[in-house]
Amino acid sequence: MSHHIVAVKNLRHTYPDGTVAIQDISFTITHGESVGIIGANGAGKSTLLHHLNGTLTPTGGSITIGNFPVTKETLPSIRRTVGMVFQNPDDQLFMPTVYDDVAFGPLNLGLRGEALEQCVSNALAAVGAETLRHKPPYNLSGGEKKRVAIATALAMSPDILVMDEPTSGLDPYARRQAMHLLAAFSHTRIFTSHDLDMVLELCPRVIVLHEGVVVADGAAIELFNDTELLEHCRLEQPLSMRGCSYCRKLAHIR
Amino acid sequence: MSTITTALLDLKYLEILAAGDTTIHRLNPLAKVLVTLLFILCVISCNRYELTALLPFFLFPIAMIARANLPPLFILKKIILFLPFILLVGIFNPVFDRIPLVQFGSLTVSGGWISFLSIIIRSILTVGGAFVLIGTTGFTPTCQALRRMGMPQVFTTQLLFLYRYIFVLAEEAGRTSLARELRSCGTKGQGIESYRSLIGALLLRTWGRAERIHDAMLARGFNGEFHRVQSNGFGRMEIIYCFGWSALFIFFRLTNIPLVLGNFITGFFA
Repeated sequence: MSHHIVAVKNLRHTYPDGTVAIQDISFTITHGESVGIIGANGAGKSTLLHHLNGTLTPTGGSITIGNFPVTKETLPSIRRTVGMVFQNPDDQLFMPTVYDDVAFGPLNLGLRGEALEQCVSNALAAVGAETLRHKPPYNLSGGEKKRVAIATALAMSPDILVMDEPTSGLDPYARRQAMHLLAAFSHTRIFTSHDLDMVLELCPRVIVLHEGVVVADGAAIELFNDTELLEHCRLEQPLSMRGCSYCRKLAHIR
Repeated sequence: MSTITTALLDLKYLEILAAGDTTIHRLNPLAKVLVTLLFILCVISCNRYELTALLPFFLFPIAMIARANLPPLFILKKIILFLPFILLVGIFNPVFDRIPLVQFGSLTVSGGWISFLSIIIRSILTVGGAFVLIGTTGFTPTCQALRRMGMPQVFTTQLLFLYRYIFVLAEEAGRTSLARELRSCGTKGQGIESYRSLIGALLLRTWGRAERIHDAMLARGFNGEFHRVQSNGFGRMEIIYCFGWSALFIFFRLTNIPLVLGNFITGFFA
């Protein structure tokens, strides 16, 4: 299946103020893969994500989604294929009610009547937010906002889900809920996150960015065992891989 | 900070009221907007020396508050908040307009005082009418009704966005202002200087947020056109509501009922 391939080739991006956010990035993600993009603050993760649905235009290099290069002409179909969930749900939920927000994308795609109703209900059901449908976004909790934000992307029936920090700012229960939800999807999934335990659980493959370049691309379990690499990139091993420091101390005392 | 928070809570309370389930709440928003507009039009078109003719118009907000189970005290408090502005508008009328108009024994009331009172009553009625509309309909359906009446989309969209983000921005402003206050240690801080950069920072952050929201819209296929889900239909209840109130308002506007009643009673006893 080549139609859900994400191919990034020699991507470069310089912001208008001269900041070079991405120097040279190349990778290919195939259909159904779940990939974590990790790196320290300012490594270029968010800039990279914003290129995947054409929100930012590359200074150099190219991006191909399926068989289509991301260009001005292909943008409408690219944006339908790539569902984007922003880091801050308040940026994503701009309509007066949850229902209106989830219906926003499908309405733009031309869905009306029963088909629209079905599409919104399915998307809300997928994230367990049916009861929130008539609520205004400002009355939702952080976890609810995040789930609704995911529903707004799902309602477009995307093939590829791109999520910026899907678990940031969530309490442990809401984080676990979000992770269960994301694990159940069969889409091609691309996450950026500092929550490395989440990355370890959800992404068999990890791409490590450092100062705008890819320094490692491989199996999560292997890369998270490379302490030298992690230190160089200002990262740490996920807590779940480190063993319990308290138990170690206890064993030492005994 | 507390005033911002209180204002936000009031807005949210109005939304909670609007989520009620009475006959009035269930009416099509378009009917309620049309009736409220006609009400406001009839009230403001009254002669500035009219006082008694305005009184029957109180029937509308009172009836709506009663039928829709709105808390009268809350609405009254909101109207009182507007009073200083209203007083400011009419305060000079008694000074400039000194033509005697009414004589109560030895007391002469000038036209200025009558028109001043008339401004107050008309403002209470119109502001009350608007609060009743939002309290029974909600802000968003009201905007959608205005759109259906032909208000340009750019205005309704702006109003809807304003209403959506006023909560986010006010909370952000509140937090930033609190952060400034906490580090001012009870002094004036750096006075107006610090506010200048605070407002600047807030503006830049708002700008950034606006860009992100636009990105989120583009990501979901936005192409400049806002598609909306159609609201419920315009049935028999709406027609009765519209025609009933409209007829009554026009009757109130054309006939000074208190005057007619007064003449009738004094004529009867004469």
